[in-house]
Amino acid sequence: MTNTPANAKRTVGWMGIHRGHKARPVEWLAEKFIFLVSLTAILMVFLIFVFVAREALPLVLGQMNSAAARPAIPAKDMDKLKPAELQEYLGLTPAEFKGLDKEALQALMEVREEEAKEAPKDKDAKVNTTEWKYLFGAHEWSDSRPEDRHVWQPIGRIHKYNLWPLIIGSLKTTLVALLFSVPLALAAAIYVSQLSSPSLKEWLKPAIEMLSGVPSVVLGFFGLIVMATFLQSVFGYQSRLNAFVAGIALGLAVIPVVFSIAEDALTSVPRSYTQAALALGASKWQAAWQIVLPAAAPGVFAAVVLGFGRAIGETMVVLMASGNASIMSWSLFDSTRSITATIAAELAEAVFGGHHYRMLFLIGAMLFIVTFLTNLAGDLIMHRLKGRLEGKAK
Amino acid sequence: MTPAAPQPARLDFRSRGFDFASFAFTSLTGLATLFILAILAIIIANIAWHGWSTFSWRFLTGSADQDMFDVNKAGVLPMIIGTALRVLVMTLFVVPIGVITAIYLTEYAHSTAVTTRVIRGAVNNLAGVPSIVFGLFGLGFFISFIGRGLDAGAAEPHWGKPAILWASLTLAVMTLPLVIVATEESLRAITPGLREASLALGATKLETILKIVLPEALPGILTGGILAVGRAGGEVAPILFTGAAYYMRDLPHSLTDQFMDLGYHVFILSTQSPDIEKTRPILFATVLALLLLTLSLNLVAVIVRARVRKKMRAGH
Repeated sequence: MTNTPANAKRTVGWMGIHRGHKARPVEWLAEKFIFLVSLTAILMVFLIFVFVAREALPLVLGQMNSAAARPAIPAKDMDKLKPAELQEYLGLTPAEFKGLDKEALQALMEVREEEAKEAPKDKDAKVNTTEWKYLFGAHEWSDSRPEDRHVWQPIGRIHKYNLWPLIIGSLKTTLVALLFSVPLALAAAIYVSQLSSPSLKEWLKPAIEMLSGVPSVVLGFFGLIVMATFLQSVFGYQSRLNAFVAGIALGLAVIPVVFSIAEDALTSVPRSYTQAALALGASKWQAAWQIVLPAAAPGVFAAVVLGFGRAIGETMVVLMASGNASIMSWSLFDSTRSITATIAAELAEAVFGGHHYRMLFLIGAMLFIVTFLTNLAGDLIMHRLKGRLEGKAK
Repeated sequence: MTPAAPQPARLDFRSRGFDFASFAFTSLTGLATLFILAILAIIIANIAWHGWSTFSWRFLTGSADQDMFDVNKAGVLPMIIGTALRVLVMTLFVVPIGVITAIYLTEYAHSTAVTTRVIRGAVNNLAGVPSIVFGLFGLGFFISFIGRGLDAGAAEPHWGKPAILWASLTLAVMTLPLVIVATEESLRAITPGLREASLALGATKLETILKIVLPEALPGILTGGILAVGRAGGEVAPILFTGAAYYMRDLPHSLTDQFMDLGYHVFILSTQSPDIEKTRPILFATVLALLLLTLSLNLVAVIVRARVRKKMRAGH
């Protein structure tokens, strides 16, 4: 290569080192360093996916067995097993396995033997509940009511991991949040970007964005302590905490997201569009409604998509205000439990490396994939819209 | 949200005296704006009203008693210290990385290059990752992978357990986009003429960035840092498994200790209290402390940002 100072007579710069008439290795190094550091964001998105998915991988590959009754090997036969087999049989990680001496392992094996003896003899005791058909399909469990075919109940004799109650819980609260926040946020975005005076806009925009400065735990607290009581007295439903209350509180967290992006999209429509409409005799609202809004429609759509991503991923609000009962129900006024709240509430008590622990990482990874796709879609739509509007403006 | 006027099939812009549709549309959207602001005002006023009587100097500087639900003994000093510590450590990581990334994006990168698009996409995407997923990531990567790796089979885990350091690093990853976007905005606000003048005088690109561009962009960098602190200060989900403790007798001594946290304490008080009516005053006062912290930081950021934007308009 010719990037050494000795060869610096070349007049054409090599990767940006020749800014003056001599090569500057410090500049070159600094640029490379800055470039490498700026890759952190990419690395982090990648690492988040890899390390959340890594913990869930044994489940996906079907290596976990959550059956209440598993065939036990008598403790006295321990020496017949290879160390790797023993480790897998006891469900230990290599590091944990190394840390235990022979006596501890013997004790663990005895525990397993006891468990096998006491294990229930019913038809579901041998079922590995982490199989896909039990995660998504209906099953009549021997120890729950016949109508409860979809149950998330990780603690208990049989660990039930049906995901539908959580998915429906998340969708219900998200739906309420979007129905509440999107019309409000879009109307406010139209008003602030198109109809208010510039001096008023300078106040309104930061004031609405202050709502994003309210921590979600405070919104959750407000939903739980203040709004739940108020809304119950107005609508008179049974369960004080439910998807409706959580959805309204969640809507407060979504409003600033939708508002900011929609406002940004509406503002990026060139002024000349509005001016042309006004010159033709349109009123301000006609220009806003019939010219600016259609032109910015993809951006408004992106705002709703990103609002959805925010709503489905929000944790503390839903954890505190939704009541947290994992009931399979489409009613908005039943207590519900979302995917995020389940992770937050159950991870602390799940056994490290166990099937419950890995199941929570699995739903976390699913959540990450959903929000990754919505973010990607929102980002692409906004990028295209801006490119189109800027291209037209010139 | 449809206005009262019927939609004409083709554009019909003749004005005819008092325009009811225009009036209705403007007032509807104006009312929506007002409604959002009213909700914000009600939240703040309600919390201030109920929290004010308990919100005293003794409450702010009192240490946490074993019985944290007792109105007369409760104090939030350990939580304030814990929150401040984790946010401070986070700043040390996130500000340098965020500022350098922003410098790359504005000063070096070609805006059409694939790398630039991917970095931008990653930054936008990182901003939308759910906070609980950051918590899982902190547990899976920092604690299980790095922490346990550092312990390497030690009998007593020193690194591989929840700690201030891991909570701070998790929050640093979460707030990276905020710092990048704020810094980038302020770098773009600087007129190209300033850079060109510096280069014309014989300064190198690096010298120009370090001595001309960065000092000029300082308010914007500050905004990014403040926004990150304000956001991270109130976040609870990412620290649930990475460092926050339900109760600790002593203050944390090192970065590998767990900590009590203001936001997490709000969660505990509102959901674990044995008698919600009795603990209501402490709860409201704790929320007030948290809200004052995050909103004042946001307010400062908004003011600094407004100045940067004004300067940008004046400069171009």
